Amino acid sequence: MSDAEINLAELSDEDLVAQMHDDLYDGLKEEVTEGVNILLGRGWTPYNVLTIALVEGMRIVGVDFRDGILFVPEVLLSANAMKAGMFILRPLLAETGAPKIGKMVVGTVKGDIHDIGKNLVGMMLEGAGFEVIDLGVNTSVERFLAAIDEHKPEILGMSALLTTTMPYMKVVIQALKDKGIRDELVVLVGGAPLNEEFAMSVGADAYCRDAAVAVETAQIFMKRRSNQAGLAAPKPA
Amino acid sequence: MNTLILACGALAREIGAVIAANRLDHLTLHCLPASLHNRPERIPAAVREALAKFRPSHDRIFLAYADCGTGGALDRLLEEEAIERLPGAHCYAFFTGVEEFEAHGDADMRSFFLTDFLARQFDTLVIEGLGIDRHPELRDMYFGNYERVVYLAQTQDPNLDAAAEAAAARLGLAYARRQTGYGDLATHIAAL
Repeated sequence: MSDAEINLAELSDEDLVAQMHDDLYDGLKEEVTEGVNILLGRGWTPYNVLTIALVEGMRIVGVDFRDGILFVPEVLLSANAMKAGMFILRPLLAETGAPKIGKMVVGTVKGDIHDIGKNLVGMMLEGAGFEVIDLGVNTSVERFLAAIDEHKPEILGMSALLTTTMPYMKVVIQALKDKGIRDELVVLVGGAPLNEEFAMSVGADAYCRDAAVAVETAQIFMKRRSNQAGLAAPKPA
Repeated sequence: MNTLILACGALAREIGAVIAANRLDHLTLHCLPASLHNRPERIPAAVREALAKFRPSHDRIFLAYADCGTGGALDRLLEEEAIERLPGAHCYAFFTGVEEFEAHGDADMRSFFLTDFLARQFDTLVIEGLGIDRHPELRDMYFGNYERVVYLAQTQDPNLDAAAEAAAARLGLAYARRQTGYGDLATHIAAL
């Protein structure tokens, strides 16, 4: 039987999830949307649909992108398919009070309008349980500071695609230091021309080479933070 | 002195024209694939490999690349190899003249640039290279934040003007043309 003849509604949960991973991989928006609705109809929680069907599917896409099997156009189509699924799940997740593991402010730095990578990171982080405040593109230091002030995130993520705009990350990090709030935040940076050495030179906490690494890194820092908070908490008498 | 210009394939015609116009017979040209334009992370390794191949047979090598989205990785390699390159972040800057390009600043932030080469190869490098031919819905994901195409013209060619204008229409963007000539490319090549 060809893929075109598969009736998603007739598949078992396990086969349907596997098929949704394939459909995400192939960037099939309508099929992913249908799969999400079927799982919800079968009583799956929105959180489980998100993490088991969508996020896991995108994780596979991320691995193959990292390994050079998939390229940007394919990843974008997958992201589009996931976005369609997220569109259904987002309001349901809000209603059902899905667990939030942290808050992150993200933006493409001033002078730069490239947001493909940043959008992907935002979506994957949201899928991983982060509340994501996306400041968009061409984000000035003032806008970063105002958003940090307003939303009190644990993590700040900055993105740049241009060699000429990536130094602006240092401007933002310096402003955090000047304001005395640098140590309150984990700063993650990413973008095609960046590397680990650059991230360290501007004073970031970590360089994330792709969306999957950004999620893993954010999770590690949140875990570390919660361990430190546990250690610092007064011990019961 | 036997000098090799190791160049991005997107500059082959232009460098050839400068060599011919100035009768720079001591220069030879070797180009790396222009398709690296879409995969800048692969440029340093390709350059390193070419340097290893051509060094033994040339007194001097000049690299006709800008930073080209390598985020300084190319410069680190060139420092190691004691080799010079063209100035600026990309070919849009050195064709315009790096100083003048930088002076445009944020006014050009939402401009997508074409050169003669890119106007000629627009379908191959942009439409097919980015998968827009197969998936038209990707167009706005790539170009949604841009406002206009700016064609930096190295030559006066009505066919290329028409191609660049058609490219802008294909991307759903406004169109502007700037005559740049060869800019800093010419002065650097002529000085070799």
